[in-house]
Amino acid sequence: MKHLLDTLSLSREEAISILDIAEEMTQVSEREVKKLPVLRGRTVVNLFFEDSTRTRLSFEAAAKRLSADVLNFSAKGSSVSKGESLQDTIETISAMGADALVVRHPGSGTPHRLAHSGWIDVPVVNAGDGTHEHPTQALLDAFTLRRALGGFSASGAVKDGPRGRGLDGAKVAIVGDVLHSRVARSNVHLLARLGAEVHLVAPPTLLPWGVETWPVTLHYDLDEALHSEDYAAVMMLRVQHERMHESFFPNEREYARLWGLSAARLAGLPEETFIMHPGPMNRGFEISAAAADSPRALILDQVENGVSVRMAVLYRLLTGQEETND
Amino acid sequence: MTDYLIRGANVLGQGIADIAIKDSTIVDPDLLNPDDGDVEVVTANGRIALPGLVDMHTHLREPGKEDAETILSGSRAAASGGFTCVHAMANTAPVADTAGVVEQVHRLGRTAGYTEVVPIGAVTIGLEGKNLAEIGAMARSAARVRIFSDDGICVSDPLLMRRALEYVKTFDGVIAQHAQEPRLTEGAQMNEGVVSAELGLPGWPAVAEESIIARDVLLAEHVGSRLHICHVSTKGSVDIIRWAKSRGVEITAEVTPHHLMLTDELVRSFDPVYKVNPPLRTEADVTALREALADGTIDVIGTDHAPHTAEHKCSEWTAAAMGMVGMETALPIVVEAMRDFDFDYGDLARVMSATPARITGASGHGSLEIGASANIVLIDPDSNHTIVAEDHATKGRNNPFAGLEVSTSITDTFFYGHRVLSGGTLSTPHPAGASWTDQ
Amino acid sequence: MTQRTVLDAPDMKRAMTRIAHEIIESNKGSDDLVLLGIPRRGVPLATRLAEQIASISAQPEMARELVGSLDITMYRDDLRSGAYRAPEPTTIPAAGIDAKTVVLVDDVLFSGRTIRAALDALSDLGRPAQVRLAVLVDRGHRDLPIRADHVGKNLPTSSSERVNVSLAEIDGEDGVTISGGRE
Repeated sequence: MKHLLDTLSLSREEAISILDIAEEMTQVSEREVKKLPVLRGRTVVNLFFEDSTRTRLSFEAAAKRLSADVLNFSAKGSSVSKGESLQDTIETISAMGADALVVRHPGSGTPHRLAHSGWIDVPVVNAGDGTHEHPTQALLDAFTLRRALGGFSASGAVKDGPRGRGLDGAKVAIVGDVLHSRVARSNVHLLARLGAEVHLVAPPTLLPWGVETWPVTLHYDLDEALHSEDYAAVMMLRVQHERMHESFFPNEREYARLWGLSAARLAGLPEETFIMHPGPMNRGFEISAAAADSPRALILDQVENGVSVRMAVLYRLLTGQEETND
Repeated sequence: MTDYLIRGANVLGQGIADIAIKDSTIVDPDLLNPDDGDVEVVTANGRIALPGLVDMHTHLREPGKEDAETILSGSRAAASGGFTCVHAMANTAPVADTAGVVEQVHRLGRTAGYTEVVPIGAVTIGLEGKNLAEIGAMARSAARVRIFSDDGICVSDPLLMRRALEYVKTFDGVIAQHAQEPRLTEGAQMNEGVVSAELGLPGWPAVAEESIIARDVLLAEHVGSRLHICHVSTKGSVDIIRWAKSRGVEITAEVTPHHLMLTDELVRSFDPVYKVNPPLRTEADVTALREALADGTIDVIGTDHAPHTAEHKCSEWTAAAMGMVGMETALPIVVEAMRDFDFDYGDLARVMSATPARITGASGHGSLEIGASANIVLIDPDSNHTIVAEDHATKGRNNPFAGLEVSTSITDTFFYGHRVLSGGTLSTPHPAGASWTDQ
Repeated sequence: MTQRTVLDAPDMKRAMTRIAHEIIESNKGSDDLVLLGIPRRGVPLATRLAEQIASISAQPEMARELVGSLDITMYRDDLRSGAYRAPEPTTIPAAGIDAKTVVLVDDVLFSGRTIRAALDALSDLGRPAQVRLAVLVDRGHRDLPIRADHVGKNLPTSSSERVNVSLAEIDGEDGVTISGGRE
């Protein structure tokens, strides 16, 4: 593995190996010295072309716990609009001695482009690109769910955690704006690869054309979907308020009524169904306060596990001699 | 001027014959004495002779974007690709929407002297889709513009399109439509399909092209005008055009070499060299386009040669410019694309020379008959080679075919009797300077 | 390839018993003792030592509280240049390692680099009173100034030879062999 650009090309073995390493990484928080010397003397550059303090901090904490030096490069807006080409930006960063790039960009495919452009020869981690993928989010979701389904504490250090396992047979419903969601794309591929059965629930306007080719079961009606299966988890996606003005749905009230995880819908779920959300949440829109704050919600665990999973990814990409092909 | 005797050419792939050129005109070979000092003998050795190619659709970028291409560099690229006549699209800066700009393009083309550069006039002022440009003035200018197009942008206003179709009848003109419904393609980055769903790139649906073609076909039928559809890219468009032709609508259609060869699967690389408008489509579309070219539903090849500077392609996919170069690879690529079809060199000459010359009124091109202007290309059909973008005369390096193996190469181009390409190498421009067509 | 056995199962058992006695002796009992095996083969060896020490001390239930594992993967000095290695679990007994006598247990002592890494890993986990080293085989050729306190067998080898340790828990049988080497 040279880069982490998407979950589509991640094998089941690679994915489980990252989740297992993340299990080891959770132990670090319990130790006398909460740092590992793994990336001592190496520089991880966070290259964020789009604001995301949460994701950037999570990557920064992960790199620092592995003793890396971290440079944050914030370049909001397209590189062309600044009059500097992406190539120039990257070659500048390369000259500063980056050992890895963590890239967040509003345009789909930019991390992939960087990884294969020949402008820089270091591992690239996709920290979210446009409406394409957000692989570390999907990995931390899978990590959290694997813990929860195994009966372990969903976050924190656990001795003899669920190493080596996938999510085989677990039914997961992903609800909301799939069309514009990189989290949904990454989760669909990863969950399927780990053996879970994925259901997508959304109005047809918020599903991509061609979604029938995905390894998922489709539902337009949330109530029907929730009644059709006992889900291990229901994952709510963030819906941007702007979508309303683009006629994807009439208004927030109708969306919340038809596709929101209301208190009533929460009450109708089986006891053992977990609630997930990649954050930040629109309370009262796609998710009710009752659902967000319910004891079944794994939302804060997801955030906490982000650091361990990102440590695992950096460890996986930055240690060991790589074979020449990726 | 040197006269030429081309010995042993396979004319249109239909038989070995000699071709003689005297004073820019094709003459009876018996009229030339090979021992005459002014006659140069070219041993064709069975290479294929075709009439010089005519490109209805190219972007030469001058005036305004001379760092991407100039009329001179584009003309040299045309000669290298076997084109003796190219039509330069109007989306320059300033836009070719006045007699002054089209005459400038026309004059620069003559000065370059490698190919006949015919300007295309804008349909609307500034390509803004609001008010008709001075179509009459451009038609009556020294550039004698006959093709009008807002290419790059669709004439989406149906009323404006109707008026334009009617108005150009005065000058026997043609509107060349870039069929793209603008609302359906807002922010579009690639073909809408299975690949775009996976890559999360905003889609450019086939219906955005097809709905405009359907509308324009009905408009052209209603007002009895000629309509040309630029760069047809979908199976559905082919069906609509086939239907329109069966009704007797005066419609012609064009396809690019890249839409005959490449699919949206290539976008998985996120390499902007594959970013183009209309976008690369699916395998099913490619097959339908090849069939349509073979059966005559699609009339011509247009390269949509669109050079860009490196900075417009050395970027992320979403910020990159749309367009590919194509003049120097058009013929070899079409040969490869049509290999499995009943499509001979006569068909190739039809779609790349005779028909585009007829549509645009480029009277000096499209024929190898005695008495025709000596616009001729010689190609070697058995010269396997790999396409190398850096070897090309165009300034654009955005070549999606780089690295591809092709069997055919263009060896010689005769432009109004002057050998502008000799053994695969560009030579001098036409010696008559700017007055080469004044015969 | 030639392969010769240098320790068979009974030899190995005797060596381990002797080490267990030595550890008790130098620690003056089994109080405040922690045995940390270095994965992979140090872990079952540490478990065996713990069981022996517990049984010698007549407290068989104590064995589990004595033993843990210390993964050194993330402290290796060849993490970047060597082949990729997935980390193994580190488990420390509930009482921790602070002020304890920690005995690191590994199968073969060779360059000393693994033990260097283990000492670094240990210092990130806490502050033991003493650290000792027990190995089944010391084959020499040290790159670093490190020595073992308890050795099952000193084995003179050439650096081109390979020492293979098999353990019943991992490999199905006990034994140490030497293979390869230039004649």
